Amino acid sequence: MPAVSSRAPIKDTTCAAPPMRPAGFIRSPAGDGLTDEYFLNMGPQHPSTHGVLRLVLRLDGENILEVVPHLGYVHRGIEKIGENQTYIQNIHLTDRLDYLSAHSNNLCLCLAMEKALDIGVPERGEYIRVMVCELQRIQSHLLWWGVMGMDMGAITAFLYGFKEREPITNIFEEMCGARLTMNFFRPGGSAMDVPDTFIPRVRGVIAHLKPALDEYHTLLSNNVIFQARTKGIGILPAASALAYGCSGPVLRGSGVNLDLRRHFPYSIYDRFDFDIPLGQAGDCYDRYLIRLEEMAQSLRILEQAAAAFPTGPYRSKEKAQYRLPRGSHYAQVETSRGLFGVYIVADGSAKPYRIKYRSPSFANLMVINELVRGHKLADLVAIISTLDLVIPDMDR
Amino acid sequence: MPQPMPPAAFPVTNFLGDLIRAHFAPPMSDLLNGLLAIMALLAVVALTPICLIWLERKVCAHFQARLGPMRVGWHGLMQPLADGIKLLFKEVLKPEGADTFLFFLAPILPATASFLVLTVIPFDHHFQVTDLDAGVLFVIAASGLNIFGVLLAGWASNNKYSLLGGIRSGAQMLSYEISLALIMLLVVLLSGTASLREIVLTQQGTVLDWWICKFPGFGALAFIMFLISSTAELNRGPFDMVEAESELTGGFTTEYSGISFAMFFLAEFVNMFASAALATTFFLGGFLAPRFGLAALDGLLASVPGVLWFFLKSYGVILCFMWFRWTFPRPRVDQLMALEWKIMLPINLGLLTLGGLFLGLGWIAP
Amino acid sequence: MTTPPVRANSRRNTGPGGHLVQRIFRGVISLAQGLRLTMGYLLHPARVVTQQYPENRATLVLPPRFRARLVMVRDAKGQHHCTACGMCEKACPNGTISVLPGQDGSGKKILGKYIYRLLQCTLCNLCVETCPFGAIAMGQDFELAAYDRQALVLVLHEERQGTSS
Repeated sequence: MPAVSSRAPIKDTTCAAPPMRPAGFIRSPAGDGLTDEYFLNMGPQHPSTHGVLRLVLRLDGENILEVVPHLGYVHRGIEKIGENQTYIQNIHLTDRLDYLSAHSNNLCLCLAMEKALDIGVPERGEYIRVMVCELQRIQSHLLWWGVMGMDMGAITAFLYGFKEREPITNIFEEMCGARLTMNFFRPGGSAMDVPDTFIPRVRGVIAHLKPALDEYHTLLSNNVIFQARTKGIGILPAASALAYGCSGPVLRGSGVNLDLRRHFPYSIYDRFDFDIPLGQAGDCYDRYLIRLEEMAQSLRILEQAAAAFPTGPYRSKEKAQYRLPRGSHYAQVETSRGLFGVYIVADGSAKPYRIKYRSPSFANLMVINELVRGHKLADLVAIISTLDLVIPDMDR
Repeated sequence: MPQPMPPAAFPVTNFLGDLIRAHFAPPMSDLLNGLLAIMALLAVVALTPICLIWLERKVCAHFQARLGPMRVGWHGLMQPLADGIKLLFKEVLKPEGADTFLFFLAPILPATASFLVLTVIPFDHHFQVTDLDAGVLFVIAASGLNIFGVLLAGWASNNKYSLLGGIRSGAQMLSYEISLALIMLLVVLLSGTASLREIVLTQQGTVLDWWICKFPGFGALAFIMFLISSTAELNRGPFDMVEAESELTGGFTTEYSGISFAMFFLAEFVNMFASAALATTFFLGGFLAPRFGLAALDGLLASVPGVLWFFLKSYGVILCFMWFRWTFPRPRVDQLMALEWKIMLPINLGLLTLGGLFLGLGWIAP
Repeated sequence: MTTPPVRANSRRNTGPGGHLVQRIFRGVISLAQGLRLTMGYLLHPARVVTQQYPENRATLVLPPRFRARLVMVRDAKGQHHCTACGMCEKACPNGTISVLPGQDGSGKKILGKYIYRLLQCTLCNLCVETCPFGAIAMGQDFELAAYDRQALVLVLHEERQGTSS
C-alpha cells in the first residue's frame, strides 16, 4: 500500500534557503570524494549538561572531520555590567562566571584589588581562603566526575558524585548562606568569619571523601569499558596545548608542569605540601585521572590547613570606598578549570573603566579541533567531558 | 529421556475451564482451550510492563542512593498507571513524508514478537500455550520480528537521524542474535531436544542438575554469554547506543509519540521478561523447584507452585539486567560490534564444540 | 618548592594490559567490582541520601546564615530599626531596593516606604552587610515563586511576620 499524500507539500517562502555550507569551516573537503560529507548540529540544547554550547560538526560517516563551536548563548554582558558597578559590587558578578569555582573567582578579583591598593590579609583570612578554595575545587571536580560518568552512560555515577558534594555544599551554606553564588571573599579577607562548625565539618569531609574516591576508581577508572572509551582518545600534544593557551588539567594532561598554586603562588599556597599530578599520554584518560588525583591532593592541603588553623581577625580594616589607582591591574588564580585571570583598567574612580576576565574554558575549548581529528562521534562526548567546560565561563 | 512428571492439580483453572467448556459442544474444547490460554498470556503481557516499570524505577533509584517514585500510590505503586494514562492521552503524530503504513506497523512488530516468544515458554508443567517440538527454532524466528520492527521504524520516520539510529540498532541486534542462537543451540545440543518443556525437564533433580551447573564451569559461562547477548538484543543496559546517542542521533523512536511510543515501550519490557524467561528455562531449571537433597527442605520448597518459582527466577534474571544497566558505561558502537564478532562469537563457538565434546565423551548427559 | 610532579597515571597499570587472556580476565574482574559496588547501595536502603520535600517542611532546618529573601528585623515590641539612611540602596548592585523617606510629627526623617523588588534581587547580601543598624536581614523563606509579578514587589516595612519566616 503506497503512502499517498492528500495535499501538496507546503513551500516555505518566508525565509531564505539555508546555506549549503555552514559558516566557519576552513578545512578543504576530505579525501577521495567517494563518500559524502554531511553537517550535523549539536544544538545549544543538549541532553548532556555542559551548558548551552552549539557545535556544528562536519562528518564523514561516523568520523569527525571538523568542529566549529558557536558561543554566546549565555552571554550576559558581565564585563559591561561590571563597568557600572563598584569593585565590591563586581564580586558577586564573578560568582556567575564559572559557577563551580565561585569562591576562586571571587578570590581573583579580591587579589587584583589587594595588589592595586596594597591591602594585606591576616593569617586566619588566608587560611580561610585556601581551605574554601580547595573545598570548591573538590566540589567542582565531583560534579565533573558525575557528569563524565553520565556522558559515558554510567548514570549512577552522576548521583554518586552529587551525593558527595552535599556535605561540602552544606559547609558553604553554613558559612556564607549560599549554595552556589557565594559572594564571600572581600579585599582583605572574607565578608564574615567561618562558624565554629567549620573545622569539624571539614575534617568530616576529609574522612568521608577518601573512601569515596576509592569507590570512584572502582566504578569508572578501573572499568574496562570506560578505559576503552577514554584511553588513546583525544590526544593533545604539549606544544598544541601551550599554543592554544590551555591551562589546568587539560595542560597538565599533556605533561606540561604548570600549576599557578605552585609556580605563581598566591595567598599562602607556598606553605602547603602537595603534589601536582601530570599526564603522560595527553589523552582523555590522563585528564580524567589528573582530576581525581587533584581531589586527593586538595584533601591533603585541607588536612594541613585544618591542623594549623589560626585564631585572629578574618579581615583587615575595611575601607569605605575602594578606588583603584589609575592604570591596569591583573591577578590570576588556579580554578578547577585552569587559569582564571582578572584584568582591571582603572581610572581612579570607584568603578572600573574596563574589567576583563580571562576565561580558562574559552582557551580550553579552542583546542577541540586538534583533539577530534580522526575520532568518531561517540569520542566527541568523551573529549568534551574531559575538557571540563563551563559555558557561562566562556560566554561571560 | 526422563520420565514426565505427573500433572499437578490446578483446581482454580480447571474449575473455570470446566465452567466455560460446559457451555460449548465437546469438539470446540480444543479451540476454547487455545483461546483461554491466549487470553491468559495477554493478561501476563499486559501486567508485566506495569510491574517492570515500577521495579525498574525503584531498583534504579536504590542503586543511586535515592528512593524513586513515592507519591503516586504507596511507594509509587500507581506510578506505571500514571505513566500509561499520560502516554494514552498524548497526541499521535506522524511526520510529513513518513510512510504511513510502515510507520504505524513498526511499533506493532516488537510487541507481537515478544508475545509470540512467550507462547512457547513453559510457566509450569501444564501452563504453556503450546509446546512445539521445535520451540527453540520458533523463539529464534519470532525474535527476528524485533529487528524488523526497529528497522522499519528507522526507515519509515523520514528522518536522517532516526534512520541512522535504526540501522545501527538493527546491526547490533542482528549481530547479537547470532550469539544468542549459538547459546540456544548449545542448550539444545546438551538436552537433546528443541522443545522448551523438555529442556526444562532435562534439568530435573537437584540444583546441580540445572544446565548452569550440569555443564561444569562452562554452563555458567554460557549463562553469562546469554545474558550479555540478551542485553544487546534488548537495546538496553550498556548497549543502549540508540537511546543514549540521543544527543546526536535520535534513535528509531524519535518520531513516535502517544500510543505508538507506548507500544515500543511495552515491547521493551515484555521482551526483557521474555529474555529472562528464556534464560530461566535454559539454565535455571524453569519452573522446577530447587532441590538440595535434604528431604525436609525439599518438601517445603516443592510445595511452592512451579509458576511462582518460574517468576522468582525470571525476576532474578531481570534484576541482573537492571544491575548491568545502572552500573556500566556504554562502549562505542564499533567496540560493541568488535565485542560480538571478535570475542563473543569465538567463545560461543568454542562452547558449542566443548559441549559436543563433553556429550560425546559421556561426561554429561541430558 | 621543587617537589617533583607526581605521574597521575599510576592507575593505568591496574587496568587491562598485557596478553589477551590476561586483559579479558582483568577486564571481567573490573566489571565485577563495579557490580559489587552498586549492589552494595541496593542492599542497604539506609544509604539513601535524599529527602522527601515538600513533605518534610516541618522538620526542615536551615542554617542561621542562609540567604533567602530580605526581611525587616523587628524587636520584641514589633519596631523596626530602619532610619531611611539609604545606604542599602546605594550598596545594592542592581537597584533592587528603594528607600523612600518620610517625616514624623516633629519633621525628623523616618522611613516612609521600603520597596524591595524580589524580581531583581540576586541575594548577594551587600545590603545587609552595609546597614549600620542591623535593620534588614536575609531570611529563611526560599519558597518565593508567584503567579503575578506584582506579588514580587514587596513593601518590607508593612510586613508583620517577624524577623524571618
